[in-house]
Amino acid sequence: MSKKEWPLWEVFIRSKQGLSHKHAGSLRAADAEMAVNNARDVYTRRSEGISIWVVESVNVVASDPSEAGPMFEPANSKAYRHPTFYEVPEGIKHM
Amino acid sequence: MTKQEALFEFLLRKADDSLILGHRLSEWCGHGPILEEDIALTNISLDLIGQATELYKYAAEVENKGRTEDDLAFLRIEKEYKNVLLVEQLNGDFGKTIVRQFLFDHFEHLLYEGLMNSKDERISGIATKTIKEIKYHLRHSSEWVIRLGDGTEESHERVQASVTDLSRFIDELFYQDEAEQILIQEGVIPDIKNFRVEFESNIEKILDEATLKLPEKRWQLDGGRKGVHTEHLGYLLAELQYMQRTYPGMEW
Repeated sequence: MSKKEWPLWEVFIRSKQGLSHKHAGSLRAADAEMAVNNARDVYTRRSEGISIWVVESVNVVASDPSEAGPMFEPANSKAYRHPTFYEVPEGIKHM
Repeated sequence: MTKQEALFEFLLRKADDSLILGHRLSEWCGHGPILEEDIALTNISLDLIGQATELYKYAAEVENKGRTEDDLAFLRIEKEYKNVLLVEQLNGDFGKTIVRQFLFDHFEHLLYEGLMNSKDERISGIATKTIKEIKYHLRHSSEWVIRLGDGTEESHERVQASVTDLSRFIDELFYQDEAEQILIQEGVIPDIKNFRVEFESNIEKILDEATLKLPEKRWQLDGGRKGVHTEHLGYLLAELQYMQRTYPGMEW
């Protein structure tokens, strides 16, 4: 048996209309179409989704964990960037 | 044969197809070539067993002799099972399982599309629900046939051997006797003979893409619909029925 593994794919699931796709996990598949099929079986078998995106993992560009300080900490002290001073009107969902 | 007997016979035949193939696929649980495929095959297995449950339920009601769907599934002897021979064939390698599924799915797709227009509301209801599952099964098995056939030299050889081997069970899918003929006249089921050409062209289109060929001369086997099975069914039933035979009436 060949030890060569299929490429890894990242799976994004939209759980219902109006929500965005969320990262659900990853899986292996020979090509994009099979990745969608596999994602359907692995991640939506309990009615978790209505739409699937798959992206080959090598195409994901990630931030460098060792750069986390300069990347994210400057935002910590800037509370004024949060829209917490507004009241959300009644009837607005998903905020 | 009365219409009631014909309906019971037909329901039993189709329920047995689904149950036996569902059981075969369940044998892959924990043994799939990859995790994703392990889940896919067992999902399909559960779909098939779910279909069988609906059909057995209705069959038990039609028969009206006090038997339940469980009695029908677990407490008959080999000769009383009416599934086609194709579904009881051994899993073999992954390619063989896929080819078996591929032939079955393509037949089921045409049959259930016809059953959606059944004059029997119970059957059209079951068909409307089932057709969505079948369409996915069809997509799954067809995509794999293409990838295995048009894959590596080894995958091509293996899957071609399975196509050649399993093609001898194709005619039996279209088997008809008095039971079907009565139901066709009553508008309960479609005349499956009419699907034969479409079936052949549907599978050939995919086999072409997969660089695979059906053998030109096909020696055909049947018997399943009359309860005459290949040697594999007995072993399958021994495992399938073990719990109910050993602990009668057991529930969990």
